[in-house]
Amino acid sequence: MSVKTIAGVAVNVSEDGYLEDMNQWNEEIAKEIASEIGIELTPKHFEVLNYLREKTKAKESLTIRGVGKSGIVDIKELYKLFPKGPLKFSSKIAGIPKPTSCI
Amino acid sequence: MSTEKKPLEKVCLICAKGSLEDVYASLVMANGAVMEGIETNVFFTFFGLDGITKKAMNHLHTATTGNPAMRMPGGLPFPTMLGGLPGVESAVSGMMRKQMEALDMPPVDEFLEMITAGGGKIYACKLAIDMFKLKKEDLSDEVSDIITIGEFYEMCDGDRTQIIFT
Repeated sequence: MSVKTIAGVAVNVSEDGYLEDMNQWNEEIAKEIASEIGIELTPKHFEVLNYLREKTKAKESLTIRGVGKSGIVDIKELYKLFPKGPLKFSSKIAGIPKPTSCI
Repeated sequence: MSTEKKPLEKVCLICAKGSLEDVYASLVMANGAVMEGIETNVFFTFFGLDGITKKAMNHLHTATTGNPAMRMPGGLPFPTMLGGLPGVESAVSGMMRKQMEALDMPPVDEFLEMITAGGGKIYACKLAIDMFKLKKEDLSDEVSDIITIGEFYEMCDGDRTQIIFT
């Protein structure tokens, strides 16, 4: 664990750059992590991020299948929003732990 | 010595067997690769074609005879004699699919859609298609093409590519 300053806030991050405490997250932090990955966030991105954060708070496991059935985006759209990392990058930007699901 | 990371760039999977576990092994690995941003090609051949044949793909079975890892619910060994009774394989396979569904593992048709939604490509082996007298329309709509193994190898170029056979 190390401390990193993102968008002017000192946050604890894991070795892979995931926030250790999802409560330290805010939208500015999301934007900065996203731009590091090369993603510019739109309102649709935030809908997905908020969904992921809610599910994480409720301690539900996350899968791209679940996101695809959320009614927010289908899986194809999810890949368009977060290319090459539909669950990995979205989780990182949402300030939640690295996904542990294989699906 | 260089410590530079050299991540996988392409994964090419060959699925040659048609049991539930063999097809799902290929699908999980293919979907996992797509989710990691790795270019993915899957080649279905021989009995593996059941995994992309419309009629068979959502009714795959696991072998209840000749499968030493098969257990009863609770962990007791599964008697081979029992496994051979009519309907047992079907019932066990149905139970297995239910357990997989509980872990959010999709049915085969939906799994194929998930893979292609992320840009993964699904192919059928020409030789096996001819052998089983199948046609393109018998196959899932997610199948890009029927190709030869030579054509598949051509897709497996690049020095960070792995071929996986299941």
